[in-house]
Amino acid sequence: MSSWLDYTINGLIVGNVYALVAVGLALIFGVSRLINFAQGSIYLVGAYIGWVAVVQLHTPLPLTIIVVAVAAALVGLVIERFGLRPLQNSVRIAPLLATIGISFVLDQLVMLTFSPNPRALPSQLPDVRFQIGGGTIGPLDLLIAGVGITSALLLFVFLRYSKLGWAVRATAQDRDAAMQMGVDVNRVNQAVFGIAAALGGVSGMLVGMYYNQIDTAMSLQATLKGVVAEVVGGAGNVPGAVIGSLLLGLVESYGVAVFGTSYRNLFAFLLLVVVLVLRPNGLFASARQAPPEPLTGTFIAPSRPVRIPRWALLVAAAAFAILPLFPVSFYVLQTLINAWLLGMLALSLTLVAGTIGQVSLGHAALLAIGAYTSALLSLGFAVPVGLSIIGGGLMSAALGTALISPSFRLRGHYVSIATLAIGEIVSLVILNWESVTRGPIGISGIPPLSLFGYDLISPNSIYWFSLVVMIVLALLQARLLGSHLGRSFRAIRDDDIAARAYGLSLNRYKSLAFIFGGFAAGVSGGIAAHLYSYINHETFNTQQSILALTVVILGGLGNVVGAIVGSVALVGLPELFRIAAEYRILIYGIVLLLLVRFRPQGLLGTM
Amino acid sequence: MTTNVPEPLLALTNVNTFYGQAQVHFDLSITVARSHIVCLLGGNASGKSTTMKIILGLVKPRSGDVTFDGASLIGLSTPQIVRRGIASVPEARRLFADMTVRENILMGAFVRNDRDAVAQDLDKMLTLFPKLGQRLSQRAGSLSGGEQQMVAMARALMSRPRMIVMDEPTMGLSPLYVDRVLELIRTINQEGVSVFMVEQNASLALEIAHEAYVLQTGKIVLSGPARALKDDPRVRDAYLGGAEAA
Repeated sequence: MSSWLDYTINGLIVGNVYALVAVGLALIFGVSRLINFAQGSIYLVGAYIGWVAVVQLHTPLPLTIIVVAVAAALVGLVIERFGLRPLQNSVRIAPLLATIGISFVLDQLVMLTFSPNPRALPSQLPDVRFQIGGGTIGPLDLLIAGVGITSALLLFVFLRYSKLGWAVRATAQDRDAAMQMGVDVNRVNQAVFGIAAALGGVSGMLVGMYYNQIDTAMSLQATLKGVVAEVVGGAGNVPGAVIGSLLLGLVESYGVAVFGTSYRNLFAFLLLVVVLVLRPNGLFASARQAPPEPLTGTFIAPSRPVRIPRWALLVAAAAFAILPLFPVSFYVLQTLINAWLLGMLALSLTLVAGTIGQVSLGHAALLAIGAYTSALLSLGFAVPVGLSIIGGGLMSAALGTALISPSFRLRGHYVSIATLAIGEIVSLVILNWESVTRGPIGISGIPPLSLFGYDLISPNSIYWFSLVVMIVLALLQARLLGSHLGRSFRAIRDDDIAARAYGLSLNRYKSLAFIFGGFAAGVSGGIAAHLYSYINHETFNTQQSILALTVVILGGLGNVVGAIVGSVALVGLPELFRIAAEYRILIYGIVLLLLVRFRPQGLLGTM
Repeated sequence: MTTNVPEPLLALTNVNTFYGQAQVHFDLSITVARSHIVCLLGGNASGKSTTMKIILGLVKPRSGDVTFDGASLIGLSTPQIVRRGIASVPEARRLFADMTVRENILMGAFVRNDRDAVAQDLDKMLTLFPKLGQRLSQRAGSLSGGEQQMVAMARALMSRPRMIVMDEPTMGLSPLYVDRVLELIRTINQEGVSVFMVEQNASLALEIAHEAYVLQTGKIVLSGPARALKDDPRVRDAYLGGAEAA
């Protein structure tokens, strides 16, 4: 096997690649306090531009690097100008959501242009290995190290000696004061996005060459790794991002050496969660640095929610309830069942993200926990399916809350990062804990839905079952929000310091919200498991988390009826217009972007 | 009354400002004559700092006009306004804490492209603020409050402004530095730079100002030559009395 030196070299090389992504993230965070979730998409675009250049245009390597850097920088400039600049005066969470939407759109565009199949990206470098000590190093390793070090030096010179570089540093430290010195902050943003995108694009190309393979799944992974490295190094801290990246590369490489390849990402996200919990400002932050931005309070577009009279809700519920009695197609019922399942997830997320203000990006993990629990209970312990679903809900409530609770002290963007990481961790644990979850094979032969011993197999019975469960959950949640609990939740969202000053225990209320939300999502996952009869670690993925977030923003954050309306709209409309599956995610991304830009309070208004 | 001045350098005319539903300024009108020190007095939440932000373009008024040297500033961005010749010493100084003192001072010359003259001006600042000489390569955030105020003033002067706006320049400083800062404001003014300052410390501000305005919940309730205001019983009661010490 390879030596420790090999693992060290590999760790540092991979760390160099991460650094190219993380430095860009750090620059952007420094200047605009934004975690750019589209960074991985630019990395993806860079890899495919590299592929076009190398395979189709046969450009020599130095020219390829320049082409990729320039093209990626242009993409970055477009994102800044048209995606983010219009949001400058909007609510604080808007740019973050916009970068998520942009990332969906870019990834899908790449997928539609180049197909989702992996492609080889040859590096054109001679395939030789040089012996050093007990390990070896190849020309590509040297290229990556060279690009990394050169970029760091160029960036240092830029920031230290150029006028624009000074403007970038000044803006990062005090945006208002920089403007009062005559700094044009828009130009600074442009510069930073251009640089970040150029670095990210080159990084994607180098990784493609390193593994001699590129595919569209690279994007989210790159964003996640970049964010891990950046947060470990201290958000906004450029040298910290480099060190965090190298550290991450080494941790992963040694983790792989000891435990095997499938543990690589698990180590990355565990490192992130540990750093977030113990040192949320990063390993190198000192007390003088700006505390994490207080994002609570002002990030939801204030609005007057649309009041829907009770009779209208009753009529709507009755109409949906008697729908199967009419000759509607199986296809319509199937679509609405999906909408009810998504509705339960959206109820959960609208409570957590909307009412108490913890914007979760890993909500699909709660589905997964509920699904696996219910499936394993019914298969392994012969628990009746109805009970097993409740078991799934309880397990999601308990485990989900336990997993997030160390991160209760985090605020704003950091909550989103932590939940994203926890979501990935859950999926990776499911993948690796083979003795319980059957690992990558997944669980098949899950028994169908049943109630009191009667199997629910007909579409009508499944439809009624999921509709009733969703309505019960919605009524419970509406009841909860009308009580003093709902007021306390909103107080914490609007101003957590003031809420604490009034004697509210933040941890207790956050726990309550996650317990209730975890239950609803777990039940949804449990039902889904019995409907699908087969699940694996990828059944409930980040795309679903983001879809749920789009649903609750569409409906209006915190709005119970809105969550259901949003689900029906986002599941139903693409079906209605028979939009092909590969375009759907593109549409979700565009819907998210349009909402954030033009109607952040959603259809029915925030509550 | 400031009527006999030919054309003011800065004029706010009938400015009305809102934060959402709440009105901050009610028909605010203020003029700053060339080479004068004008001071705006007022208690907490009177709209003083917002007045600074209006001048600098950081907040847009709903109606009214702001002119500088005869030309309207409405619709200009903050950097454009700075380029017109207005420099600022923001409230609580707002230095770039992780940059060195030297870098901070030079940031003040960001709008200038005449490198040699900038270097000369830096030397000039070191004669005006001799203490900063030994601190040039220190992080600005590591200085004392008084030293930071010196840096903020040097930074503002580096753009060779025609006017400096200062938001509570003496706030949080030791008495020694308060005197020093006031003396420096006078020096700066004697070189032809107009000064518009917001202050809570009325007695000190009236000491050096030519004219003064008193702002109360968004309305100018008194204005006139500083000397006259100093003896005005209403000002004495509201701002110079013992109750105002806090």
